[in-house]
Amino acid sequence: MTTEEIEKVTERGPAASAGVTRRLGPATGRPSEASVLNVFSHGILVVWALMVGVPLLWVLWSAFKDSNGILTDPWGLPTVLHWENWSNAWNDANMGQYFVNTAIVVGGSVVGTMVLGSMAAYVLARFTFPGNRFIYYLFVAGMSFPVFMLVIPLFFVLRDFPGSSLLATYHGLILVYIAYSLPFTVFFMTAFFRTLPTSVAEAAMIDGASHTRTFFQVMVPMAKPGLISIGIFNFLGQWNQYLLPMVLNQQEDKYVLTQGLAMIALQQGYENDWGALMAGMMIAMLPVLIVYSIFQRQVQSGLTAGALK
Amino acid sequence: MQHGKYRFIVGFLALPLLIYGVFVISPFVQAFQISMTDWSGLVGTAEFVGLDNFGKLWESDDFWNALRHNVYMLAFVPLVTLALGLFFAFMLNVGGRRRKNEVVTGVAGSKFYKFVFFFPQVISITIIAVIWFNIYNPDPDDGMLNSLLGAVGLDFLQNAWLGEKSLALWCISAVMVWGHVGFYVVLFSAAMASVPRDIYEAALLDGAGRFHTFFRITLPLLWDTVQTGWVYMGIIALDAFALVQIMSVNMGGPDGATDVMPLRLYLTAFRDSQFGYAAAMGVAMLIVTMTFAVLTMRFARRERIEY
Repeated sequence: MTTEEIEKVTERGPAASAGVTRRLGPATGRPSEASVLNVFSHGILVVWALMVGVPLLWVLWSAFKDSNGILTDPWGLPTVLHWENWSNAWNDANMGQYFVNTAIVVGGSVVGTMVLGSMAAYVLARFTFPGNRFIYYLFVAGMSFPVFMLVIPLFFVLRDFPGSSLLATYHGLILVYIAYSLPFTVFFMTAFFRTLPTSVAEAAMIDGASHTRTFFQVMVPMAKPGLISIGIFNFLGQWNQYLLPMVLNQQEDKYVLTQGLAMIALQQGYENDWGALMAGMMIAMLPVLIVYSIFQRQVQSGLTAGALK
Repeated sequence: MQHGKYRFIVGFLALPLLIYGVFVISPFVQAFQISMTDWSGLVGTAEFVGLDNFGKLWESDDFWNALRHNVYMLAFVPLVTLALGLFFAFMLNVGGRRRKNEVVTGVAGSKFYKFVFFFPQVISITIIAVIWFNIYNPDPDDGMLNSLLGAVGLDFLQNAWLGEKSLALWCISAVMVWGHVGFYVVLFSAAMASVPRDIYEAALLDGAGRFHTFFRITLPLLWDTVQTGWVYMGIIALDAFALVQIMSVNMGGPDGATDVMPLRLYLTAFRDSQFGYAAAMGVAMLIVTMTFAVLTMRFARRERIEY
């Protein structure tokens, strides 16, 4: 954040001085038209920033108000800080349990997605063998399947899984998250592995390293920037996933955060503990908030990578 | 070195392919099968009914009602979202005041704006739905939007929002726009950054204003990205499930005014246990989505400009 601030300051420096010289210089008509436009464009940017920022900040300040205050005076700042909202959310509203469930599922599935996705992508990017293109396009096609069409059969695949039902289990959800993250991960990482030089891997092989060892000790470290981008992408997508758990994870003690929040929100009414709901939303947002603040550039480039060729 | 190659390839591909095959490819194939049965979910009770489910769907007013709402959103949401995204991205990257030695500049603080605008993209759709449910609270004094309108003297604009039949769908569409503009600002900013500066400089020397610069240079050069973005946003507009489920009155109300295809499918399958019929809806959704994507790609195609 600090480098950003510095940049912002230096950015503002010359612009501000340019404004001064313009005002001192002869009035040509053009600068004034430009500055009217500037005020206008800046004004709209500020308005949109407020439209996005204020509702999010509203959750934060409402998380310290009591239910009555949230309902009857939504714009009012908290007069007394109701810290108990947070413990109510964590304990009474079960957000603690949902948080742990989410962390287990997402932890497992992000690691699984990254390991399996980059393994498949590496093979598809670097080796020629019959069926290579077919498997690649099989994975990529998955990006265009509407998940809604798949949830019904998927529900029964999990219910009737040989051995025991995978519905409402951690490992079932983890496997499903991995499967649905593979298309984009394979697509992205295949392109990434193609951009890496082949010479380093060849040198390692000549030195006697096996294919497996070359992959884990040479290629993976080289692919780190790509892995970080796509890892964050998968983390955010899986942390915020709502449809898949709602269909496949319908048991309250196994709920993930999005399900828990939706459940509380759907039981709307004046007897509802709105303060706890707001605190619960903050709890659910916190990990994402931290990741986004630290990795802003990677998050933005990772999430938009799919749309840029 | 070749001898271990195939063992390695199989070893690395087997598990990813297995998981993908079981949980993605096989449900995809099964969706078509189930859509031709009258299955209610019990093992061994599915009866083959051919295309009966699709015939039923064709006759169903509920389904056409839901599809119509998705089509409204498909017309409105991508257009507004991409227009705002392009506008903001242009302002941030090219619209700044002109400085010495630099012809095209972004506005001050563009990084900060991008940080804020992009924010809804990283938070869960359920949280967005709860926030906007509160904003749209119909109470004239307690509702966030209503009380704000009252405070600035625009009482006549106060409304029941989600409770108003003619407005509810547009209220939900507005939330979709709100949530996705930031994504396109960042996307288009990246695309604009790859446009060589000298093109802008040349335009400027020829006396082009901002308006012309945008429509004659930026937009044509970004057309590919805009087209891809349009398809992405269209697919999102064909969904809208979570927002409708959490925000709308009585799930899809008032009086069916916000019903959408995915909500129909979800209720038909997991509330009414008509899995065959619901699977037919899923196949219909695939057809609608594919038709939209192909039509967009076809009609939006232009000669690609290399730079």
